[in-house]
Amino acid sequence: MALKSIRQALNEALAQEMRRDPRVVVIGEDVAGGAGSQGQRDAYGGVLGVTKGLFGEFGEGRVIDTPITESAIMGAAAGAAVTGLRPVAELMFCDFLGVCFDQILNQAAKFRYMFGGKAKTPLVIRTMIGAGRSAAAQHSQSLYHIFTSVPGLKCVVPSNAYDAKGLLIQAIRDDDPVIFCEHKLMYDLRTEVPDEPYTIPFGEANILRDGDDVTVVALSRMVHYADEAIDTLANEGIVCELIDPRTTSPLDEDTILESVERTGRLVVVDEATPRCGMAADIAALVADKAFASLKAPVKRVTAPHTPVPFAPSLEKLYIPSPERIADAVREVHGYNR
Amino acid sequence: MQLSREELLKAYRDMATIRQFEERVQDEFSKGGIPGFVHLYAGEEASAVGVCTHLGPQDHIASTHRGHGHSIAKGCDPVLMMQELFAKKTGLCGGKGGSMHIADLDRGMLGANGIVGGGPPLVVGAALTAKTLGRNTVAVSFTGDGGSNQGTTFEAMNMAVVLKLPAIFVFENNQYGEGTAFEYAVGSRDIAGRASGFGLPAVKVSGEDFFEVHEAAREAVERARTGGGPSAIEVDTCRFYGHHSGDAQLYRAKDEVRRLREDRDCLKHFRRRVGEAGLLDGTELDRVESEVAALIDRAVEAARAAPLPDTDALLRDVYVSY
Repeated sequence: MALKSIRQALNEALAQEMRRDPRVVVIGEDVAGGAGSQGQRDAYGGVLGVTKGLFGEFGEGRVIDTPITESAIMGAAAGAAVTGLRPVAELMFCDFLGVCFDQILNQAAKFRYMFGGKAKTPLVIRTMIGAGRSAAAQHSQSLYHIFTSVPGLKCVVPSNAYDAKGLLIQAIRDDDPVIFCEHKLMYDLRTEVPDEPYTIPFGEANILRDGDDVTVVALSRMVHYADEAIDTLANEGIVCELIDPRTTSPLDEDTILESVERTGRLVVVDEATPRCGMAADIAALVADKAFASLKAPVKRVTAPHTPVPFAPSLEKLYIPSPERIADAVREVHGYNR
Repeated sequence: MQLSREELLKAYRDMATIRQFEERVQDEFSKGGIPGFVHLYAGEEASAVGVCTHLGPQDHIASTHRGHGHSIAKGCDPVLMMQELFAKKTGLCGGKGGSMHIADLDRGMLGANGIVGGGPPLVVGAALTAKTLGRNTVAVSFTGDGGSNQGTTFEAMNMAVVLKLPAIFVFENNQYGEGTAFEYAVGSRDIAGRASGFGLPAVKVSGEDFFEVHEAAREAVERARTGGGPSAIEVDTCRFYGHHSGDAQLYRAKDEVRRLREDRDCLKHFRRRVGEAGLLDGTELDRVESEVAALIDRAVEAARAAPLPDTDALLRDVYVSY
């Protein structure tokens, strides 16, 4: 099997689904690029190159460059989805949610329920998340917890290229609106990815490492930081189970609960801010449904309750580090009541 | 364009159905049979019917919080609509949408909308579907003077022009956004003029004149269907009730509504026009009125008798699968 980056895996998923189904279209700002200009078409292929080359194969009718107009993009994608297309809309940075949330929150997410079960809205919104590039406060957030909290939306947070391809194909074939969150620092991360199309079901967590001492649940890029911390801890004799939920809505509660029932100890790692986030959500789940199994308080390793800072020195402090994760695991592991 | 007798009768029936539906809803709402809020369309009938006469079931419309008229004009069943307003299981949306979210996708009705300016981007999407799949259909957004000020509306018009989509933006200027006058809230006091700034052919028509709306819509729909891109129509109209049912309307002049009902009633105008032209006589139109009255009676009776939603409907239809 070939090693492919997340960028390549996503591109391959899009191309294969567009070949399979003429209703699949890609729409967004500079998804090709160069529209109306003197220079080249497909000049961008998405700001970080994920949709590069689709324009050449599928043309401007299916790789649709839009003005910078997020409300119209999201609304058009929602309206197109409910009338027969299967759009993959790009919200370049998830931070731009602020200028188009109505079309996601009040329109796409609610059609099916409001209309008495008669609507299908097969819409995918691909969006970039994550800090670590000094992109500062308006281009670095991880807002999947906001999407997760909205009934009617599904939310996907892949951590590697294999999952990215299978989950994106699942998202495109899914009949509900799906928010697909891509971490901007992981596009070049390579794993083995099959050439043929395949799907990964939503709501099925991936157990990346087995262990009986402490359960570590981590999302997106934090899966890799947790993995690093778990290597260090293994040298100290602490053996952790590492769970990547892969989708936050639906959430695979059973896998998390089964693990905590065995280990009795839980650390949740999330690059997002702490209030009302996934770490709080998973901690509450365990407090509610696995309280009797807990041998130690649940620890949450998250960003602080601040905007994302610009200065690299501060941003490094903002993002949970492998060291902070290891410290949290040690604390939970050493706790005796 | 000359309308046939059948077309004229159909148009009058639709307008009368909207008028009587709304007046009855006002009564039933006051009596407490209808929960929540209702926003009545009475006075604006010529707009919905003048436009929707040109549309088939495959064409799409998106509506506003004041959506009953558009729904009826687009072919939704008033009996099922009334059941929806009464929050019943057998309503058009199973009692889960209500007045503000009434929808019927089988008839191309993409929903009333609780968000002012929510509809225009959705219509851009429906028009994109039509263009992408090579369907010969058009999509129409109905928006008020209030919604004409929303950024979503501006973005939708621009994108429809950029992508040259078969979309039509109908602005029903009923003179008030809630309790604030159009003269105050629309800076240019010219919604059609503002739309034309986005590169759309835009016209302004009088909302008491069904025929004027009908002709403007005919041109816009034909343009859209033949690949000529989007258009805008500003309909200068008025509402006979408040923003919502129960609105004390303190912002209106004392005898304003009485005068509007006398001078700007689009149904009266229609009767006068077809009578003067010798196309239909009063007795025919009276018969339509009484048939509509019977239909509305039946709708209310059915709505009262219909069952409430099952309790498990609370959790159903959030997702197709989860």
